[in-house]
Order: sequence, then C-alpha cells, then structure tokens
Amino acid sequence: MADTLQFDLVSPERRLASVAATEVQIPAAEGDMTAMAGHAPTITTLRPGILRVSNAQGSQSFVVTGGFAEITQTAISVLAEQAIPVEEATGTVFDDLIAEAKSLAEIALPEDKAAAEKMVNDIVAMRHAAGH
Amino acid sequence: MPSLKDLKNRIGSVKNTRKITKAMQMVAAAKLRRAQDSAEAARPYADRMNAVMAGLAGSASGEGAPRLLSGTGADQVHLLVVMTSERGLCGGFNSSIVRKARIAAQELLAQGKTVKILTVGKKGREQLRRDYGQYFVAHVDLSEVKRLGYVNARGIAQDILARFDAGEFDVATLFYNRFVSVISQVPTAQQVIPAVFEEKSVEGVSDLYDYEPSEEGILADLLPRGVATQVFTALLENAASEQGARMSAMDNATRNAGDMINKLTVEYNRSRQAAITKELIEIISGAEAL
Repeated sequence: MADTLQFDLVSPERRLASVAATEVQIPAAEGDMTAMAGHAPTITTLRPGILRVSNAQGSQSFVVTGGFAEITQTAISVLAEQAIPVEEATGTVFDDLIAEAKSLAEIALPEDKAAAEKMVNDIVAMRHAAGH
Repeated sequence: MPSLKDLKNRIGSVKNTRKITKAMQMVAAAKLRRAQDSAEAARPYADRMNAVMAGLAGSASGEGAPRLLSGTGADQVHLLVVMTSERGLCGGFNSSIVRKARIAAQELLAQGKTVKILTVGKKGREQLRRDYGQYFVAHVDLSEVKRLGYVNARGIAQDILARFDAGEFDVATLFYNRFVSVISQVPTAQQVIPAVFEEKSVEGVSDLYDYEPSEEGILADLLPRGVATQVFTALLENAASEQGARMSAMDNATRNAGDMINKLTVEYNRSRQAAITKELIEIISGAEAL
C-alpha cells in the first residue's frame, strides 16, 4: 500500500492545494480526525478550524470555515467554503469571521441558535489555535 | 449633397467611434480571459459538490428528505432569478436572457401559476419592468462589485433560501447565459430548488462511505451550499458570457465603423474631385469666352 495519499483543497474560487500527503488533520464536525493512506472512505462536514497537511517536505496549515471532506483510501478532497493559508490569516481575518458569525447567531431562529453559537465558539477556538 | 467640410467632420467622428469600440473590444478581451479563468477555477469545487450531493440525494430521497431536495409538495409559486449584466453595449446578451425568462413567465402564467421575479443586474430589470414589473420581489445590484466573489453568490443564495424557508415560493429557477465560446452564449434555465441532479449519478455510491455526522445531516448541510455554488457558477458563466458578447459586439462595431469610413472617404474624394473639375471648367470656359 502506498504511504501517501493525494490531497486536494478547493474553495469555490480556486484550488488552493493539490499535493501528495502522508497525513491530513481535518477539523471534522464532531472532532478532529487525522487521515492517512488507507483510511476508510468517509464523508464528513467541517467545522471552522485548522486543517494541517503533512508530507515529507514538512507541513502546511490552512484556516477553513466550513464545507466538507471526502476521504477515500488513496485521496482526500476538502471542499471548503473559505480557506486561507495560515500564514495569510491575520487578526483582522479572524475578527471579520467572528463578527460575521456573531451577527448570524443574533438573527438565528431559536432552533438554530445553538449551532450558530457553536460556530462562534469554534472560530474563537480556531483563532487561539492559530496563535492570534 | 453634404459639403466637403461636413464629410470631413463625419469621417472624423466615425474614426473616433471606431477608436472607442476598438478599445472596448480589447478591454472586453482582457476581462473575458480573467472571467474564464475564474470560471475554470471554480469548476472543480462545483463538480465535486454535485457529485457528492447526487450520491447522497439518491439514497436520501423519499420520506423525510430535506425540503430543499423534495420540494414543498406544491408547484404553485415560481421564483425566476433573472441574471443579467449591469452594463449595456454587449449585443444580444441581455435580450436573450430576458426573452427566455419572458417565455417561461408567460407559460407559467398561462398555467395559472404565480410568478415572482428576482433580478440580478439592472439591464434585465429595465427590460422586464414594463410587462412584469408587478411580479418583482427583489433586486440584487452588483454594479459596485469589481471582482465577482463567492461572497456575492452566497448573499444571493441566502436571500433565496430565506424566502424559501418563509414559504414564499415552491420552485426556483435561475436564468443566465452559459458560456460556450466568444461568439456563442446559450441562455439557460436551471432549476435550483428543489434540487435536480443529472441522471448520471452513480448508483450505490453512498454505501461506500462512512458518514459523519449522518447522511441526512450532511445533506442538510450541503444543500444550501449547493444552491450557493450553483448561483456562483451561474454568475461566473454569466460574467464570461457578458464579456464574450461584448467583445464580438464591439468587434462588429469596429468593423462597421471601418466600412463606413471607407465609404465616406470615397464620397469625400469624389466630391473633392468634382469641385476641382468644376473650378477647372469655370476657368477654361472663362478663358474661351475672352
């Protein structure tokens, strides 16, 4: 079995990465998961968080805000609604995201309230993880 | 018979027009390339999104399927999302979309359905206002937008989804121009709510995967995104088509201006020659009379 898998990260506007990776850490909806070659085929939604791709050359991180990931034994495709390389994500980017999530949480219907507030918390946690 | 000076002025003004249309053509060509690039860049996302949704939708249809997929059960109120450009001078681009939307609206009205129209871009709004103004429910203005982003599409999609949740319509259809080539753009009607998928979706693909949280959960999360993605694709296709249409329209205009200049120049030379001949005849006959 090959020990790398093909990793693709696409956002609606462009393809951000297409590399061979040894492991990919995904901020899945119900907790982080790390996928390596030979992972059981899975489709999962993402929560806002840091996506980390590691291969022989080192590792790359991306800030993603939502979307989903499709994992097969040999490839991972992440379709993120918004994805930014961690180096480009400054404090203002996070501020904007938090402000947007908060305004959504305020107008959310009662049944969506919990989800919207979780979104805010996820983004705040992501900000800490990114070191801002 | 226009005087020599008039002809000269007209040649000058047509030459100016030609310069302008030529410049517009070149600007459109540059913008077209950029629009095509972004349409190209958006394709992998949209394709993958559709593939996964089609797979999920196949297994989730039936009872308890999300309303975005199964519809409201009614077919009474139709929302037509008519996407046109913010600027004119692009040939038949806007008219062809409006024509398509108009035919659809007429058919629906003839069947006794209710029609609501959401316009994107002011050119289509202007053309539809007279006959269908009373059906307008909203307008999205993109004239301030320099570069189309996913954000714009998401805004439109959120508006559509909020209206759907509020029960304002049963079926939503996008009208836009699909870009085929510079000289060919196809006006297209695409139904987004309830979602339709092409039949090619692979059977049983959903059995292969584990789902987290659950198939239904993922589908419920994906469908609104799917609407936004389709709106985004439509916006990009439309932008590329607009520039393509403008480019060929301006190419035609430039060529017509060239023809006109040639014709006017011939006429100018002929009258100049006539004037010279006339003067000569006057001098000669004057000399002969002596």
